[in-house]
Amino acid sequence: MSTIAMPEPDVGILARAPQIIAALESVLSAGTVISSPEETRAYECDALTAYRCPPLAVVLPRTTEEVATAMRVCHELRVPVVPRGAGTSLAGGALPTADSVIIGTMRLREILEVDTANRYIRVQTGITNLAVSAELEAEGFFYAPDPSSQLACTIAGNIAMNSGGAHCLKYGVTTNNLMGVRIVMATGDIVELGGPLLGTSGLDLIGLICGSEGQLAIVTEATLRIVPKPEGARPVLIGFDSAETAGECVGGIIRSGLLPVAIEYMDDVCLRAVEAFVKTGYPNCAAVLIVEVEGSEAEIDHQIARIRLIAEELNPVEFRASRTAEESLAIWKGRKSAFGAMGRLGDYLCLDGTVPVSKLPHTLKRIGELSKAYGLEVANVFHAGDGNMHPLILFNANAPGELERAEEFGADILRLCVDAGGCLTGEHGVGIEKRDLMTKQYTADDLAIQMEIKSVFDPAWLLNPAKVFPLEVSQPHREAAARCP
Amino acid sequence: MQTNFTETQLADSATRRSNAILRSCVHCGFCTATCPTYKVLGDELDSPRGRIYLIKDMLENNKVPDEQTVTHIDRCLSCLSCMTTCPSGVHYMHLIDHAREYIEKTYKRRWDERALRWLLAKILPYPGRFRLALIGAKLARPFRKLLPDPRLRAMLEMAPDRIPPASENDRPQNFPAIGSRRKRVALLIGCAQRALNTDINDATIRLLRRHGCEVVVPKGIGCCGALTHHMGKVEESHAMARANIRAIIRELDGEGLDAVVVNTSGCGTTVKDYAHMLRDDPVADDAARVATLAKDITEIMSELGLNDPFHAAPLRVAYHAACSLQHGQQIRSAPKDLLRAAGFEVVEPRDSHICCGSAGTYNLMQPAISSELKARKLATIEATHPEVISAGNIGCMMQIGSGTKIPLVHTVELLDWATGGPKPRSIATALRWKREEKQVFGIEDFRLGRP
Repeated sequence: MSTIAMPEPDVGILARAPQIIAALESVLSAGTVISSPEETRAYECDALTAYRCPPLAVVLPRTTEEVATAMRVCHELRVPVVPRGAGTSLAGGALPTADSVIIGTMRLREILEVDTANRYIRVQTGITNLAVSAELEAEGFFYAPDPSSQLACTIAGNIAMNSGGAHCLKYGVTTNNLMGVRIVMATGDIVELGGPLLGTSGLDLIGLICGSEGQLAIVTEATLRIVPKPEGARPVLIGFDSAETAGECVGGIIRSGLLPVAIEYMDDVCLRAVEAFVKTGYPNCAAVLIVEVEGSEAEIDHQIARIRLIAEELNPVEFRASRTAEESLAIWKGRKSAFGAMGRLGDYLCLDGTVPVSKLPHTLKRIGELSKAYGLEVANVFHAGDGNMHPLILFNANAPGELERAEEFGADILRLCVDAGGCLTGEHGVGIEKRDLMTKQYTADDLAIQMEIKSVFDPAWLLNPAKVFPLEVSQPHREAAARCP
Repeated sequence: MQTNFTETQLADSATRRSNAILRSCVHCGFCTATCPTYKVLGDELDSPRGRIYLIKDMLENNKVPDEQTVTHIDRCLSCLSCMTTCPSGVHYMHLIDHAREYIEKTYKRRWDERALRWLLAKILPYPGRFRLALIGAKLARPFRKLLPDPRLRAMLEMAPDRIPPASENDRPQNFPAIGSRRKRVALLIGCAQRALNTDINDATIRLLRRHGCEVVVPKGIGCCGALTHHMGKVEESHAMARANIRAIIRELDGEGLDAVVVNTSGCGTTVKDYAHMLRDDPVADDAARVATLAKDITEIMSELGLNDPFHAAPLRVAYHAACSLQHGQQIRSAPKDLLRAAGFEVVEPRDSHICCGSAGTYNLMQPAISSELKARKLATIEATHPEVISAGNIGCMMQIGSGTKIPLVHTVELLDWATGGPKPRSIATALRWKREEKQVFGIEDFRLGRP
């Protein structure tokens, strides 16, 4: 149906499907294995709906031990495993293959330990990102990485994709806030890495696991760094009459030495969609920035005054500093709802390229030109502070050929990002969406090293098949894995 | 999302509507986070996104649904929490309603399931029959352990201790406004509520009259059709809706009406949707007129403002947001604002957006999930240490009331009390108990429920 190829399913595995399902059911508790075709269909994709394929079965364990049991069975029977959190990936990170078993973490939602003195929380990874911060609210702490899908996405998925979010400009992304993990290896062995200490000796294996997109192991428990909530935080909303000027303002703020918690960017296409949903009265202009600063009241006022000076040199259409908690919520709600609200305009592909902040004006201009050349509208909504762009290409999924054109457009934007000195993905991960562009970013040697590491963790190459590495590049590894006993 | 309907399929207005709804879904998954059944069961098939997928597959392929598909769709509470959450504006209510209707037409349920649903559809919407059934259930309650089916046990357990006699106020009549008339409103007197609790309509009528409303109980008004509508029984639900519409239109085209007041939010959600429900019906235009007139009692009271609301004790009230009010009608602050204006201290439980598990006949059809949601709701409500719980929907009141000793009232009873009406019955009873306790045990604090 579309341009990104998936491998042919292993007919041997498909033929053994009844035995595989029976083997899983025999060792797992009732209601854990889903295998009827009507039911597996609901798991055929994540939030990248252009690519769909029902899995052979879905396993929803309730404990780490059950995950291990399922992994052991799949390993013994040589069945690929696709890990899945909440299935909110925009890159197809949880796309199954017909010969694979999905192991979902959504039933692993316990909070295991909260320790504010040592500033950590230990959770099962099926818990949603927002539920972690909600648990800490009364204690005056929060978990900083906040992807826009934080209401629904799981910590497991956040770790797999090294997720960021609006507030990561100041607090860092998932890897900067992850202290320890409990993982289930492809063989079913359970391994603990790190823990509630700031530094660990030896190689940084947690760093390896974080962002590995389910290629190395399934993370079932995590120890997360928590931070005290600031005394206060307030956003300002700045409207500009051109995308480039907004881009310049971002550079100006960072250059001045200010470190806001977040600098978010939304363009007019996105504003229209959001306005229809939230009705916050966002200004009608080419682009807005949402800049959030935090600290005491005096600190906030001081930072906002400095931002106002920087912005005013660029003749903003509007400069609105929030004065109350309600106004802050209203300003943020639109941004947090942006992706879903875009659904009101039609189908979209969401990209995730990252460029150096100084290259934002140039990149935005080129995206605008490409949009005209392809005849497809593009909406930009992204974390401008760290140059993490999210162009959303609008298309009509029911119109033949439009998806393919949108995908080509998307690939051009990502090439543009790499050429500007950036990279393919800031936080969504490679998945299948950017898989075939990995050769644009990395040399053959770079990719060879990454695949060697995967082979160490997953010698049979069973975990999350056909993601991250271009199929022709990974073919020798996969063939070698198939031969090994 | 991409959809795949043929032109022939799209000729059907329900399918056309479902196609538009499915096209607006981007499969982002936000809805899973606030779905009560997903929270309890942890399977995407029991979440809106999973159900949307099942429905899409069923409708696109004109499938006779299999047992699993029906199970997952049946497990939906229709609490519509997903609609509040959805950033893309997916109208899940119309989609699930279509699916329920489709299932009812194409799928043959097991005999006991069919019998149970038939029985509920024949009893609940008819207050006379329902009252008799409640008396029977009360008598049979001591023997409930003997019943093999948990659904039947749930029904017996639902019967309240006190089954009120039919209220004279629920007969067709006009109640004149007290003082000068500000509005003329019709009251949707409901069905099951009239058998379970007559205090609610009584308090509503007193409150409205005291605030300058002439209250009409139109001849021929009855069940709004929601109960059968949610079972996919279109013929029955549309017949009931039509009867209501005719009854209201007679008043509207006669002396005129400023509003149709609804004090059971589950019914309010349905009446406000009459225009869609009866879009292909000869009464479609009248249905749309009635739908725009429908107002929850808290909406109309917010418009009117409370007169001299200082007659009640300033109790600590835990406000339970009924899903049909907060999600179905998007009414969130009005009830709380009114209660505060009436001098009550209003507290809200954590996770107030999550359903209590009542959901119409859900507590009878899905007792396991329902009782889990009830337990969670009771825990969060009791953690706020209220002296009284208030809600705007009889279903929630029955569900929560059956699990707590804290007195439970309809919001309208508190507003009536505060503006000069009688003290709500359950509060009076609880106070009496407390006084007796005080006499027997010498307990000093007579306030209710304080820790």
